[in-house]
Amino acid sequence: MNVVTPFEGIGAAVKRKEDPRFLSGRGQYTDDLNRPGQAYAVILRSPHPHARIVSIDTSAARAMPGVVAVFTGEDLKGVGGLPCGWAVKNKDGSPMAEPPHPVLAMGKVRHVGDPVAVAIAETRAEAQDAAEAIRVEYEVLPSAGTIDGALAPGAAQIHDAAPGNVCYDWHIGDPAVADAAFARAHKVVVFETTNNRLIPNAMEPRAAIGDYDPATGEHTLITTSQNPHVIRLLMGAFVLNIPESKLRVVAPDVGGGFGSKIYHYAEEALVTWAAAQLKRPVKWTADRSESFMSDAHGRDHVTRAELALDKDGTFLGLKVSTRCNMGAYLSTFAPAVPTYLYATLLAGVYRTPVIYAEVKAVFTNTVPVDAYRGAGRPEATFLLERLVDVAAAETGIDRIELRRRNFIKADMFPYQTPVALQYDSGNYDATLDAALKAADWAGFEARRAEAAKRGKLRGIGCSTYLEACGIAPSHVVGQLGARAGLYEVANIRVHPTGSVTVFTGTHSHGQGHETTFAQLVSDRLGVPVANIDVVHGDTGKIPFGMGTYGSRSLAVGGSAMVKAMDKIIAKGKRIAAHLMEASVEDIEFDRGTFRVAGTDKTKSLTDISLAAYVPHNYPIEEIEPGLEETAFYDPKNFTYPGGCHIAEVEIDPDTGAISIVNFVAVDDVGRVINPMIVEGQVQGGVAQGIGQALLENAAYAPDGQLLSGSMMDYTMPRADDLPSVGVATHTTLCTHNPLGVKGCGEVGAIGSPPAVINAVVDALKGYGIRHVEMPATPAKIWSIIHGSRRMAAE
Amino acid sequence: MPQVNLTVNGRSHTVEVEGRTLLVELLREKLRLTGTHVGCDTSQCGACVVHINGESVKSCTTLALQCEGAKVTTIEGLAKPDGTLHVMQEAFREYHALQCGFCTPGMVMSAIDLVQKHPEGLTERQIREGLEGNLCRCTGYHNIVKAIAAAAEVMHGKRDTLRPAEVMAAE
Repeated sequence: MNVVTPFEGIGAAVKRKEDPRFLSGRGQYTDDLNRPGQAYAVILRSPHPHARIVSIDTSAARAMPGVVAVFTGEDLKGVGGLPCGWAVKNKDGSPMAEPPHPVLAMGKVRHVGDPVAVAIAETRAEAQDAAEAIRVEYEVLPSAGTIDGALAPGAAQIHDAAPGNVCYDWHIGDPAVADAAFARAHKVVVFETTNNRLIPNAMEPRAAIGDYDPATGEHTLITTSQNPHVIRLLMGAFVLNIPESKLRVVAPDVGGGFGSKIYHYAEEALVTWAAAQLKRPVKWTADRSESFMSDAHGRDHVTRAELALDKDGTFLGLKVSTRCNMGAYLSTFAPAVPTYLYATLLAGVYRTPVIYAEVKAVFTNTVPVDAYRGAGRPEATFLLERLVDVAAAETGIDRIELRRRNFIKADMFPYQTPVALQYDSGNYDATLDAALKAADWAGFEARRAEAAKRGKLRGIGCSTYLEACGIAPSHVVGQLGARAGLYEVANIRVHPTGSVTVFTGTHSHGQGHETTFAQLVSDRLGVPVANIDVVHGDTGKIPFGMGTYGSRSLAVGGSAMVKAMDKIIAKGKRIAAHLMEASVEDIEFDRGTFRVAGTDKTKSLTDISLAAYVPHNYPIEEIEPGLEETAFYDPKNFTYPGGCHIAEVEIDPDTGAISIVNFVAVDDVGRVINPMIVEGQVQGGVAQGIGQALLENAAYAPDGQLLSGSMMDYTMPRADDLPSVGVATHTTLCTHNPLGVKGCGEVGAIGSPPAVINAVVDALKGYGIRHVEMPATPAKIWSIIHGSRRMAAE
Repeated sequence: MPQVNLTVNGRSHTVEVEGRTLLVELLREKLRLTGTHVGCDTSQCGACVVHINGESVKSCTTLALQCEGAKVTTIEGLAKPDGTLHVMQEAFREYHALQCGFCTPGMVMSAIDLVQKHPEGLTERQIREGLEGNLCRCTGYHNIVKAIAAAAEVMHGKRDTLRPAEVMAAE
């Protein structure tokens, strides 16, 4: 009988295994879980950007109905502070300022939302009532809500350990070499920009449940995390002093992360600690207001850049000076974002021979800032791709031609940049060509003329970007200040009857790993996707792992699976050789079948697994029973996805409203395992990039009061704000991982913002502007158009 | 404590609630129907949308006591008893219209009501505007719009399957 099974391996658009549970309401997100005897925690947060805590009176709160306990910073004196996972050095080699970050405020609050006390009660409503009854007397202090404010002479001093509010003043490159390159310049283009601060807003608010079993001494934390092992490491070792063997961290279904759920947050330590104090489970769930003032924010750079060009537009050198906002405390990976994920990306797709970048990181009285989808690379890409368009306008060289003249060409790989990275593969001309064709760039002027007849201003813009994913070789990140290794772990268990469980240290919170990883294993082992389960998010089940961020799960975690499968196959060959009375060297394996080379003698993977677990006829002296292997994979380099995004916009000059009438993304993400999922990742990333370009802004008053504190004030992209997005891929393979994959999670958010703003600036050609800051709101656009008309009239 | 009598997914319940208890709290905490989610405090995100007497409603902005005698349907009540998914649920899977899944229940409930209110059919623009009350941070809405357009045609009997055969062949 011929059974035709659909191809489900690498390259197939397999429907997702996780969908049925999500579509039927059977997902298990942290707040969906409850433990017997659970109490509820509600956190009282600072309403002030900067204040001294004079006193806290919890007596009324403690007397409220249902209240179990009220804790303040005083109660947590024996608990460590939240650690920072990455140390950056100053220009002179001295360490960055690393002030303490208490779980609950001690003596001072430093941002609106800083946790001050926690009320724990039988119900959430009772805990809310109790939190409201806590009386805190504050002495409000002068504060600094902006980078400039924090650096101004006489600015409020936020931490004793950070004089002048500077966290670090870091650089890469040699300023003298850069000056020499600039001395030869035919033209220097100067460009200044602010990369707007964003609030991630994963749809699932953060939540955490702490539990403690006095019988075993085991602590359990269920949390909305992208990396439960990292949380176990940081919280166990630095905050609560619990050995790994007594601490289980579970990250069940997680409703989106985008970076904001990487970090170790105070609430995780708080519920774990409180559960042990109270000997009962304690649950905390953020409401959205808390998310706005306690989830790490993203971006927030102010930059001045200079590009030196020779007469024919060749880039001679780039100088960049950036000030970035760390917020009030150092979030887990914050110092790395504006340095090793930003300045090292400033070569982009260009052959700029000399680059000097300096970055000053500043404490302010705002929520901590850390990695948000793209993390450093969107800031670098926006700067470069706007700068190139400005340079094109000022040199009179066509903006596509200027890019092509400076591209790293397809035959130049591996390519060593002047800012430390070595790119392994790419073809920037090819992705540009494909995007220009898909967007009908050549036919644009006709569309512009047609729009003008309707009274609309039409513009087109492109960005040719590159990014770095799959972070990263442990010895390299160690030299750069990472306080962890960045390998990944896979355990693959072939069960006796041939089904497979894959245990991965990465975590899926929307990416569809349960499907993609099953396809990867199916492709190699020949087991149907339906018979492969992917388990993630539980330190009690998975050997170890570093989690999911920086588009690393497939490039690093998938590579670990390949290594583990290699071991499974190697062992399987030995068993097969025994069963078929052949020599191991003669056994071939292909998609589930072991064959004696050149013969029709075969054994299936199931024959082998059954023999491995029921070892009756088995070389037990030489081979252990069982068929399960673990592999750790340490990446050899970053991976370098790149591509071209093109946006076409139409502006209504009467209202300033911008509509994106076409958007094309052509990305090189390396080998594609599931094209449906890749397309979805790109579309989602582009939506966030368009959000940054046109809609989103974390607005603070100069004193640090958060103005955009809800979804009524912070403009999340809605369905009618966004266009349909045309997505295509053009593949060059990564040369240093076994799958040839690069990563697709962040490309959309990285490539799109400058494409949109380049299109907006192009549409406003004739209004005397060279730049529009993000978000390009209708109010800004209207002011440009009408300001210019007014000037013309005067 | 006051009581409310209501039918949820075909089962009648009498539940004691506080005056301030929201419908979403009743569903999640009292009935353990955790498919309905809470994504914001300001009635902006739509993760909590359920049907009350056939109309989509944000259950985070509805007091439980307002639902006396109401027939409530949640995401858990959409599939047939044999587990067959509603065509809108199928469409979301077919078109990859969900990623993290958190907004999905509310999105599906809103989409069904939107389609039911437009037997004449829906344009892409109408679908996008009809989703104004539902936020998704993962998908960029592109595939959600496609899924709803396809489900609408099947729900209104304009075609038999979610993907016309020629589309499936081309893919």
